[in-house]
Amino acid sequence: MSRIAQVFEGRDTPAFIAFTVAGDPDPALSVRIGKALIDAGADILELGIPFTDPVADGPVIQRADERALSSGTTPDTVFEIVRELRSYSDLPIVLLTYYNIVCRRGIERFYQDMHDSGADGVVIADMPVEESAAVLGHSRRYGIDQIFLVAETTGEDRLQSILRHAGGFIYLVSLLGVTGARESVSGSVPDLVRHVRRYTDLPLAVGFGISQPEHVRALASAGADAAITGSAIVGIIEEHLDDEAVMMQDLREYVGAMCAAGNEGR
Amino acid sequence: MAADAGRFGRYGGRYVPETLMEALLELESAYMRVRSDTRFQEELDTYLSEYAGRATPLTWCGNLSRLWGCRVYLKREDLLHGGSHKLNNTLGQALLAKHMGKKRLIAETGAGQHGVATAIAGAVLGLPVEVYMGEADCQRQALNVFRMELLGAKVIPVHSGSRTLKDAVNEALRDWVANVRDTHYLLGSVVGPHPYPLMVRDLQSVIGRETRQQIMAKEGRLPDTILACVGGGSNAIGIFHPFLGDDVELIGVEAGGRGDGCGEHGATLCAGMPGVLHGTLSYLLQDDYGQVSPTHSIAAGLDYPGVGPEHSMLKDDGRVTYLSVTDREVLEAFALLSRQEGILPALESAHAVAAAVKVSERLERDDIMVVNLSGRGDKDVAEVAKMRGGEA
Repeated sequence: MSRIAQVFEGRDTPAFIAFTVAGDPDPALSVRIGKALIDAGADILELGIPFTDPVADGPVIQRADERALSSGTTPDTVFEIVRELRSYSDLPIVLLTYYNIVCRRGIERFYQDMHDSGADGVVIADMPVEESAAVLGHSRRYGIDQIFLVAETTGEDRLQSILRHAGGFIYLVSLLGVTGARESVSGSVPDLVRHVRRYTDLPLAVGFGISQPEHVRALASAGADAAITGSAIVGIIEEHLDDEAVMMQDLREYVGAMCAAGNEGR
Repeated sequence: MAADAGRFGRYGGRYVPETLMEALLELESAYMRVRSDTRFQEELDTYLSEYAGRATPLTWCGNLSRLWGCRVYLKREDLLHGGSHKLNNTLGQALLAKHMGKKRLIAETGAGQHGVATAIAGAVLGLPVEVYMGEADCQRQALNVFRMELLGAKVIPVHSGSRTLKDAVNEALRDWVANVRDTHYLLGSVVGPHPYPLMVRDLQSVIGRETRQQIMAKEGRLPDTILACVGGGSNAIGIFHPFLGDDVELIGVEAGGRGDGCGEHGATLCAGMPGVLHGTLSYLLQDDYGQVSPTHSIAAGLDYPGVGPEHSMLKDDGRVTYLSVTDREVLEAFALLSRQEGILPALESAHAVAAAVKVSERLERDDIMVVNLSGRGDKDVAEVAKMRGGEA
């Protein structure tokens, strides 16, 4: 059983998936942040590969990408970070990237590097299932879960096609828009969870806008299997760039509170 | 599911966030319906002729012909309402958006010409318009910002990234993701995900169809050479497309900027390699890791690291020749056309004129050359004055 599948095995409360941009604000500190997120109780670590043009991301993650790129982070650096975190922990690690990063490296080499560094899955934010034929053979060959997004705008035919090819978990987009903390969970989430659940046994992880413990509780009662939080975590990093001790303290408290909200159960 | 939807050879495709996929499919099917719908096409033709001022002239240039030693014509898209070829596309897409029941138009703009053309189409068809424009471009094209506002559009300066056209497209895409149900993204060039490269090419091909009729009427034969500038490449594909099957030399002219160094130019086809940006697989200026390179051009409309996927195919096939000219050559061409023919060209279009200077050296007296003058240069006068150190 894959590391991702183990997280969801026999579990009845939502898991917590913590996202941060690899290399933000610099590669060394980024490794320490990854370890802090793991220690604080995250169930899966999701690492973004910084990209110059992240069109699915809001301003907070855009700025994290810019910080990581300015500090010299390349995909090589990201795989090094994955390697270090893998030697630290058995927690599943999922990469979030844009298609050009994969293309430029060479699709096969990218998947081989994921495998060799110890990554478990990948989300390619601008690769819909229609364009996925070129990567699916490699994801199978190297044992990498190809994770797809499903949005409330995803139609019936396309949903079936996505579910035929998806691995790991389904990434449900909670709202129409880019990443970034929101005040509340969109009212359409319970319907989305119910709808997709009818057709798949894969875990359903909800992301975009999820930033507060009460959001995790809302996802729990909607029947989601995991909550994904990115911008709120990156926001804490950004707020304390000049004080690592406070940054780590706040990250631990924040992740702790999000996990505790999940563990309250449905 | 067809993996080759909207491909030009190996290029094109639809590389977008999941949230946009159904909107692209809806747009594709709506566009395919109106593409063969005579009533829609008649409505568009009426707007193009009665409102926009088509057909635009094919102007014989006696002075340049004498100077260059060949027969020189200009296709006068600068005389189209709004001052550039952009209105061909915006009227078509805005009409389509209205038929689809969309309530709002968004657009990106570099030089501001596409933003102005979208503002015009939105005003006349009664659709509110918001235009994303890089902060750097807002400064160097301040006149067009004011024109858009006068036309009732809201201009939103983009502060992220390089603060130019690329970043304006990013922000427009982010807006579209958030407002996809009631908003049409009126993309301004033959770039982006399918169906945009196909749809915008169709709408701009009126330039080439007219040119064909006009040159046949004036000369009784097709031209030997056609030149057009290429940023995303919509005016170029518009004039090239109806000639692709003919024995006509086609030359696309890219922004050579200040030189060959990374960040110094916008010559995507000359210096880039295939990659994915803004939803399409095409040539792209990028580094070894796939990060998109900064660009520079004296012409804001060519200051873009990508290019339309059909151009990438035409380059690989060898059907179209792509070359670049420098900012300096462009300024000389700007002055030349102004003084010789009394026409101020847009700095974008002046790239085609600058290349024509060189190409004319190998043409014979009876050879016919057509330069697509895609826009007028009034918007650029302040920038040109600044570049020339205030002498103008």
